[in-house]
Amino acid sequence: MTELLKLQGLTKAYPGVIANDDVGFSIAKGEVHALLGENGAGKSTLVKMIYGLTKPDSGTMTLHGASYVPTSPQAARAAGVAMVFQHFSLFEALNVAENVALGMENPPKMKDLAKSIRDVSHAYGLPLDPDRTVGDLSAGERQRVEIIRCLLQDPKLLIMDEPTSVLTPQEVEILFKTLRQLQSEGTSILYISHKLEEIRSLCDGATILRLGKVVGTCDPRATSARDMAELMVGETLHIPTRDAKASGAELLAIKDLNYAPKNPFGTRLKNLSLTVHAGEVLGIGGVAGNGQDELLSMLSGEARAQTGTVALEGKEIGKLGPNARRTLGLLAAPEERLGHAAAPNMSLIENTALTAIIRKDLSKNSFINWTKTESFAKDIIATFDVRTPSATAAARSLSGGNLQKFVIGREVMQDPKVLVVNQPTWGVDASAAASIRQALLDLAASGAAVICISQDLDELMEISDHFAALNEGRLSTPRAAKGLSIDEIGLMMGGSDTVSDTQTTEGVPA
Amino acid sequence: MISLVKRPQPSKAWVVATPILAVIVTMILGGLLFAAMGKDPFVAIRTIFWDPLFNPDFAAYSRPQLLVKAAPLILIAIGLSLGFKAGIWNIGAEGQYIIGAITGASVGLAFYPMEAWFIFPLMIIAGALGGFLWGLIPALCKTKFNAPEILVSLMLVYFAEQIMIAVSLGALRNPEGNGFPGSRNLAQYASSANPELIAGTGAHWGVMAAFAAVVAAYVLLSKHMLGFQIRVTGESPRAAGFAGINANRLIIFCLGTSGALAGLAGLFEVTGPAGQITTSFNTGYGFTAIIVAFLGRLNPIGILLAGLLLALTFIGGELAQFMLSLPSASIQVFQGMLLMTLLAMDIFVNYKVIWRKKEAV
Repeated sequence: MTELLKLQGLTKAYPGVIANDDVGFSIAKGEVHALLGENGAGKSTLVKMIYGLTKPDSGTMTLHGASYVPTSPQAARAAGVAMVFQHFSLFEALNVAENVALGMENPPKMKDLAKSIRDVSHAYGLPLDPDRTVGDLSAGERQRVEIIRCLLQDPKLLIMDEPTSVLTPQEVEILFKTLRQLQSEGTSILYISHKLEEIRSLCDGATILRLGKVVGTCDPRATSARDMAELMVGETLHIPTRDAKASGAELLAIKDLNYAPKNPFGTRLKNLSLTVHAGEVLGIGGVAGNGQDELLSMLSGEARAQTGTVALEGKEIGKLGPNARRTLGLLAAPEERLGHAAAPNMSLIENTALTAIIRKDLSKNSFINWTKTESFAKDIIATFDVRTPSATAAARSLSGGNLQKFVIGREVMQDPKVLVVNQPTWGVDASAAASIRQALLDLAASGAAVICISQDLDELMEISDHFAALNEGRLSTPRAAKGLSIDEIGLMMGGSDTVSDTQTTEGVPA
Repeated sequence: MISLVKRPQPSKAWVVATPILAVIVTMILGGLLFAAMGKDPFVAIRTIFWDPLFNPDFAAYSRPQLLVKAAPLILIAIGLSLGFKAGIWNIGAEGQYIIGAITGASVGLAFYPMEAWFIFPLMIIAGALGGFLWGLIPALCKTKFNAPEILVSLMLVYFAEQIMIAVSLGALRNPEGNGFPGSRNLAQYASSANPELIAGTGAHWGVMAAFAAVVAAYVLLSKHMLGFQIRVTGESPRAAGFAGINANRLIIFCLGTSGALAGLAGLFEVTGPAGQITTSFNTGYGFTAIIVAFLGRLNPIGILLAGLLLALTFIGGELAQFMLSLPSASIQVFQGMLLMTLLAMDIFVNYKVIWRKKEAV
C-alpha cells in the first residue's frame, strides 16, 4: 500500500504541558488507522494539527509525498482531509441540506445539493432525507449529516473522533459497513477511540499515545485487547503493597442502579452496584466518558436514577437532593472545579457557603452568618495550604491546583461519613496532588469511606484499598487493589471481565 | 492596536465608575444629537438635568414629580433585578403593573362609597396578589413546560392591556361618568386615596414602599440564603445544582416577587397620581424599569439612584419638549443611549484595555 499521510516529529506544547512530544507515524492509502490513548494522552491535539486547527511547534507532515502545512480547516479540506467531530455542529432549526450547505464554501443550488445528498447517502448505505429538520433527528442520524458533509468533498483522509460514543449498536454496525466501503474505495480513515474491541474489528493499524508520546504501534487484529490496554496504561504502574484494611461497617451501598442521562452525550449507567465500608478507599478507574460524571451525580444527589437504590448506613437516600444527603454525611467534589464545584466569579467565602452551610451550621433562620463562613473559609485555606491573596479572592483567580485544594478541603473539613471525589488531582501540580491524596487517606483513616473516581491509575493504586473500573456505564466487580496485576487492570478497564457476558447484547460487530 | 485582557476578577472600581461614565458619555452624545437638531446642546442638557430641580420658576412643581415618577420605577426594578441576577428574565412587569392596578382598584371600588380604615390596606394586598399571580403564569409555564419566560411574560403584557381596556369600558366604568371610559377616581375617594404624605415632596405610600423594597432587597441579597441562592444561580447554574438549589422554586419566587412588586407599583399609581383605571392607564414604567435595573447594576442602591436619574430624564425631557420644542422621540433616543452606553461600558468591568504595538500580536 502506498503512503498517504506521514507525520514526523510533531511536537506541540501548551503552557505547563507538552501535549504532543515527537509524534510520528504514517497512514497508508485505504488504511483504517486507529489512534488510541487515554484521556489527555494528546489525541485531540494531534488531530487538530492534522485538520489545521492548531500549528505544531515543530515537526513535519507530508501528504501524497508533498509537504502538508494546513493553516486552517478550509486548507485541510482543500487538501482532502475531512473530519467528523465527536460533538456535532449543526443547526437544529434547519434541515439537513441547509446544514450541509452552510459548511460549504460554494454551495450548489438547494435542489442539486439535496440530490447529491440522497445519492451519497444511498451509495454508502447511510439513509438520510435531506429535507428533514435536524432537530428531529437522532444522534446517529445527526452524525450521518456530518459524515455526508465530509463525503461530499470526496476526502482522501477521513478523521473520526470517537464516532461510536453516541450510537446505538445497530447504528454502529451501519457506520462500520460505510467505513469499510470507504476503505475499499481507497479512502484512508484515522479512527480515534478507546473502545478496544471496535478497533480490533475495524482497524488495520494502530498507534498508541500516552502522555503525548507514541508508546507503541501494533496490528490490532493480531494484538489482544489486553495488550493494547497495557500499552495505553503504561507499565510503570506501581502496584500497592499495603493490605486492604480490615473493613469496618458498611457505609454506602448502591444496588442495581440504572440511569439514562438527559444529555445525549452522557453515558448510561447500567446495573451498577458497589459498597464501601468505614475506613475504606474505593478507587474507580476507567477511561473518561464511561460514566464517571454520571456516577458522581448519582451520589451527589444532582440527578435521580430510574431504578436501583442508594443507601447510606442502611437508609435509602436515592430520592434525596444534595442538601439532604449533606445533612446525612454524604459529600462530593465534582471533577469540574470552575462552574460546578465552585462558582467562578464568587469569592472563596461565598464558595464555602456553597456546600458548607448545613454541616458547619453557618446560617440561622435562613440568614447566612458571613463572619462564621469567613472563618471556616480561612480554616480551609490554612489547613490545605491554598495559595490565595485572601479569602475574598474570586475562585477563578486561583490556579487549578490551589482551587482544587480548596474544593477538596471544603468537603474533607466538614467531616463527611462518605466522600466521593471525581478526578481529585486532574491538572494539579505534583506537590498539591500529593497533599490532596494524603488528605483523602487521612480522612479514610479517621473512619470515613472515600470513593475516588480517577483516570490516573497510579493515583488509584496509591490510595485504593479496593479497585473497580467503569466501562460504558458498567462497573466491574470491585477487587482488592493489592496484588492486582497490570493485566487484570487492563481487562477491567477494557470491560473484558464484564464484556464476556454482555458482548452479545452490546453488539460490537465482528 | 487595542486589545482586551480579561481581569482575574471583576473590577470593583469599574462597577461603580461605569454608570457615572455612561451618564457623562450619554450627555456628550445626546448633546451632539441635540446640536444636530439645531438646538443649543448646553441648554438642552441643562434643561433635562438641572432645571427640573433648581429652576426657580418651575422647580416647585417639577421637584415633587421626581419621587412620584421614580417610585414605581424603583419598586418594579427591584423586583426585576432579583430575577435578572438569577438569569430569570421577567420582561412583562408592565402587564403585572396593570393587573395589580386593576385588582387593587376593583377591591376599592367594591367598597365604594363606604369609608373604612381597612379598605386601603386590603387594596394593597389585592394589588400585590394580582401582580403576583400574573407573574406566576410565566413561572409555571417555565417550570412545567419549559416555555421561555421572556416570551410568555412579554405577551402577557398585551393580554393585560386588553383586560385594562375591557374593564375601563365595562366592569369598572364609572356609572356617574357620563359614559366616558374609565373608573371612578380613587384618589378622590378618601378610603382608597394614596395622598402625598409630606407636602411638597411628592412622597406618597408608593415612595415609602419603594424605599422599603430597596432596603429589603439589600438585606435579602447580602445576608439571606435566598439571596445567596439567587446569586449562585445567576453565576453558575451547574454549581447551583451541586449546592442543592431548587431551580424551579427560585423561578417561582423571582417571577412571583417581581410580579407582586410591579402590582404594588400599579396599585399606588392608580390610587394616587393616576387616580383611575382608564384605557391608557399604563405609561411604560414596567419597560423603563428594565433599564433602571441594569443601569443600577442589579444592585438595590444602584437601582435607587438609577430610578431617580431616569425619573429626572423623564421630567427634564418633558420640560425640554415644552421649553425647547424638542420632539418626544428624541428624548426616548436619549434614554436609549443611556442604556446602550452602559452596556457597552460593561466590558471594562471584566476586561482591561491594553495598548500594544503591532509586532507584539
